[in-house]
Amino acid sequence: MDINAYIESGILELYVAGKLPETENEEIYQRLKQHPELLQEVEAIESAVVKLTAAASPRAKGYASIKARLNAEDSKVVELQPRKTNWISYTGWAASILLAAGLVWTLNQNSDLEQELQTADIENQYLETQIEDARTDLAATKNLLDVIRDREIIAVPLGGQGEFATSFAKVYWNKANNTIYLDGEGLPSAPEGKVWQVWSLTLNPLTPTSLGTIDDFNTDDNKIFTIANTNESQAFGITLEPEGGSVSPTMEQLYTLGVVNTES
Amino acid sequence: MELELLVKQFQDKNHVAFEKLYGMYHKSIHGVVYNIVKDTAIADELMQDVFIKAWHKADTYSSKKGRFFTWILNIARNAAIDKTRSKAFKQSRKNLNTDYFVDIIASHDNLDNSTDAIGIKTFVTQLGEKCKAVIELLYFKGFTQKEASEELQMPLGTIKTRNRNCIQQLRDMVL
Repeated sequence: MDINAYIESGILELYVAGKLPETENEEIYQRLKQHPELLQEVEAIESAVVKLTAAASPRAKGYASIKARLNAEDSKVVELQPRKTNWISYTGWAASILLAAGLVWTLNQNSDLEQELQTADIENQYLETQIEDARTDLAATKNLLDVIRDREIIAVPLGGQGEFATSFAKVYWNKANNTIYLDGEGLPSAPEGKVWQVWSLTLNPLTPTSLGTIDDFNTDDNKIFTIANTNESQAFGITLEPEGGSVSPTMEQLYTLGVVNTES
Repeated sequence: MELELLVKQFQDKNHVAFEKLYGMYHKSIHGVVYNIVKDTAIADELMQDVFIKAWHKADTYSSKKGRFFTWILNIARNAAIDKTRSKAFKQSRKNLNTDYFVDIIASHDNLDNSTDAIGIKTFVTQLGEKCKAVIELLYFKGFTQKEASEELQMPLGTIKTRNRNCIQQLRDMVL
């Protein structure tokens, strides 16, 4: 056999490539055994092909990557380990549950506080209203005090008359602005269908002039009424009259009467 | 002979022998499957599969049938071609780029700076078109001589001698 011609034919390159029929492979195998120079040639071809194909690999992993897989397969009986308590996981869950609960609690607290704040706001407003009212009252009272203290004021006490001796009233007359302030604190409430009527009187001859009825007497808080009076009054009287008032006073119902002290 | 012994030990399920064989051929196997699937991750996986398969099928290898490298090379090409035929693979790579091994080698920057690597790069850049095609088909794609002759429209004998010349050039470069 011509070894060189055999080599030159290119059959050994195809042998390494691996696509020869099986019979041919065995034939070559036998020849490689007999002719070391053929084996040498095959090894050279293989070596070159190994290098060439390796160069086509962008990268390749080391044996460690496959060893792990083999070991996993080799250990046929995989011992079932008692499950270890995974404390990290448990504490993690516990922590998150605590956190969630804490958040819910905080939210609740927050809404409670908001509600309290709202209530406090309302109370605040209510108190402000009360203060406002008190101030108004105070202003009114001061105003009244000012009126009564005025130097120009003439105070006229009205005494109870006849069977109404327990009744009394007071008139503060400011001549400068033609106004009287009637303090009716000492008069009883007007019965149903009746109304208090205030009279200005001149004495000689006795002439009554109506200063009007006090329709809101029963509902008024301080029982002080401001009434216009342009008359040269010498006395004031108060009678109980039918609703709407009368043209002339009903003398039987004259509760209080007081004379203006002109000397003062 | 050392290789023969190594293969024998490998067939006796010797891990050390297997690791040695792996060290000798894994880059080549990776290069071959990568040249077919054109995806590093898939090539990684395939290469592992190939060696695992070789390990399990070790007793089916016989030196009478051919070289150990040739045997594992066949397993690798078959695995890679099977992969390209899988539905999932086809869907994931509709436009598989058609680079030949030459383009892959020429475009590598990360080849180790060994004289081999430089030699191979020079080799592929200087290689004639016919050489490129023959090597691609016979070694990377696993075509038979007949299939290659039909594919390249060359007479059977021409494939054989041309391949011989091409491999000769490669040997001159790297051996």
